[in-house]
Amino acid sequence: MKALWSKIRPKFWKAQVDLSGGEQDVSYYSRIWKVAVAGIASVSVLPLVAMAFMNMNQYQNALKAQLVFPVTRLVSNTKRTIAYFLHERRAALRYIVMDKDFDADCSMERLNRTFIRLKNSYGGFVDLGVIDSHGVQKAYVGPYDLAGKDYHTQPWFREVIIKGVYVSDVFGGFRDIPHFVIAVKQDQDDGGFAILRATIDTDRFNSLISSLDLRPFTDAFVINHEGVLQTPSRFHGNTLEKIKLPVPPNTTTTQVLEVQDNKGQPLIMGYAYIEETPFVFLVLKHEKELMKGVAKLRRNLGLFLALSLGLILVVILGAATHLVNRIYEADLTRTSAQHKIEHTNKMASIGRLAAGVAHEINNPLAIINEKGGLLKDILSLGSDLPPKEKLVGLIDSIISSVERCSVITHRLLGFARHIDVRSESIDLSQFIEEVLGFIGKEALYRNIAVSMDVADDIPLIKSDRGRLQQVFLNVLNNAFAAVDDGGRIDISVEPASPDRVSVTITDDGCGIPPENLRAVFEPFFSTKGEKGTGLGLSITYGLVQKLGGNISVESEVNKGTSFVITLPVRG
Amino acid sequence: MKVLLVDDEIDFVTTLSNRLGLRGIETDVVHDGQEALDYVKDQEPDVIVLDLKMPGMYGMEVLRRLSKTNPDIQVVILTGHGTDRDEEEAQRLKAFDYLRKPTDIDKLADRIRGAYRFKLEKTMAAAAFAEAGEFDMAKDIAKDAERLKTAGEIFKDEDKDKT
Repeated sequence: MKALWSKIRPKFWKAQVDLSGGEQDVSYYSRIWKVAVAGIASVSVLPLVAMAFMNMNQYQNALKAQLVFPVTRLVSNTKRTIAYFLHERRAALRYIVMDKDFDADCSMERLNRTFIRLKNSYGGFVDLGVIDSHGVQKAYVGPYDLAGKDYHTQPWFREVIIKGVYVSDVFGGFRDIPHFVIAVKQDQDDGGFAILRATIDTDRFNSLISSLDLRPFTDAFVINHEGVLQTPSRFHGNTLEKIKLPVPPNTTTTQVLEVQDNKGQPLIMGYAYIEETPFVFLVLKHEKELMKGVAKLRRNLGLFLALSLGLILVVILGAATHLVNRIYEADLTRTSAQHKIEHTNKMASIGRLAAGVAHEINNPLAIINEKGGLLKDILSLGSDLPPKEKLVGLIDSIISSVERCSVITHRLLGFARHIDVRSESIDLSQFIEEVLGFIGKEALYRNIAVSMDVADDIPLIKSDRGRLQQVFLNVLNNAFAAVDDGGRIDISVEPASPDRVSVTITDDGCGIPPENLRAVFEPFFSTKGEKGTGLGLSITYGLVQKLGGNISVESEVNKGTSFVITLPVRG
Repeated sequence: MKVLLVDDEIDFVTTLSNRLGLRGIETDVVHDGQEALDYVKDQEPDVIVLDLKMPGMYGMEVLRRLSKTNPDIQVVILTGHGTDRDEEEAQRLKAFDYLRKPTDIDKLADRIRGAYRFKLEKTMAAAAFAEAGEFDMAKDIAKDAERLKTAGEIFKDEDKDKT
């Protein structure tokens, strides 16, 4: 894993680039990368995922509606058919009992005739009986011998007295053939009443449902209010068994519910209560069918989502890596260019120094030359030796000139030695004197007054001597270039805050016009034309930044310019 | 022959004066540009040995003024600071020679003598032409820097043969 990571890790991952604003920490580029990746990913992946889920939901709802609608239609149509079937038979019986000749004492012959007519015209009738107001079956036509049977204790008898019509649940009866009963009551002129009771077998009933032509996972059947099956079902048991589902609540309209069967499978249940009967028509549809479509949809959507997410991620990762790489390379290029420029500048300032030093050394060398020459002259040309003191005087001035040379060379050595040293303690006032040592002669020749004012409590600062020398040489060289002969340059050192020291270098030179003031620290900005590279102050700026300080400038045309360099006390 | 030394290094210039004295060249010494100009006003020297970098007025400025006011005075530049640009400028202002410190005393003495001889020949030639009534020629000699300069070059070449 680690080996793989080190192989694919972009080269900017732990890279540090030394920019003018100081070095970045090791995770600078990886942080940019992470932010870029997170940012782009969040605006591209999140909407996509949200959209996918919204679509999924929408499709699921649409599919469900597609499934529910036929169930509703089926239930209400079938309910109407069943209700009509029952109503038809009730109406037939009512028609018979409303005949003015109908009473409890009607003859067997007449009942038989009626029964045959009913059977032929409506069908489904199994038997027919007439019961008087005491509950005794006075006449009976049918396959069983039920004449004389007393019904007055049975609940249906009492119900038919109250309601006038009665439709029973389906029951097995003597021969265990499922059937149900319809009874109608007819009040008599004498204040009593007679009841016509017909048994109807459920074959017709069943064929109503089996003719529905249902799909394989759909079930349709009739139950009573207690949940006992009144017709056979495909998956929920046979006639007169109790279904293992809860009986749906009573309503007058067709309803569709979502329920679970005993195995926990989701089912769509459509049902309708059939008025004035104990029957409830049910259609059950396995959600499996629905789920099949949904699952397919989900699979496709998921696959699509995963593919596009993968593609997006690859593109994002690639793009982010590419971009950060470009930034990193640009930074590298910039830094190396900056280093090159700095190096050139350093070389230039060393060259300038070397020229100055060489010229300065020439003067004492010339003195030594003349003194030595004079000694030689005296010894070779003169006939008599001059007094001893004169000779010693000559040698003394040779020695003092040599000392003058050695001071200059030591100073140069000191400068060279500090070029690569990193951080050391520096006494600022001593340090500035040292830098002035290089250019002080020019001040003398050009009659420029250089004053230095150092506050008492300036601490030693920790800094890079080489860089600091370059900074002050650059700024002082600028000041010298700005002032006329006989001008003045003031240097003051004072504490800026507990941990910062500021050095102000003020000249009374030509000043910088306001429109140029903002640009003085920009690279290649120069007003000196051919003479300057326009890099001096920009490099100075970079160096001061690197030393953890800052540099600012204030100027007024023809009055002078102030550079303020603020440096941290500890590196 | 009147020679003036101009240099701000007192130690240097006095010793130089001494040594030139030993070689038969009597010299006066001043220490800056203004003094040099003042001295020239009083008593015109034949040759001036001039340092370039001095406090106050630079040597180049002195040379520039002299080339206007006293073109006959021959100037030998002797400097420890000079750049190539300075040398070109000195040549343009018709300095007789340009030497760098430290320099050999005998070479310097030769140059001073050469400059003096050059000045003499130049004035004598001009006088001779003037006497012969050839005023135009005299003027030409005074003007024709290049022709006059060749006289100087001859001395230089002699020096080169010596060293």
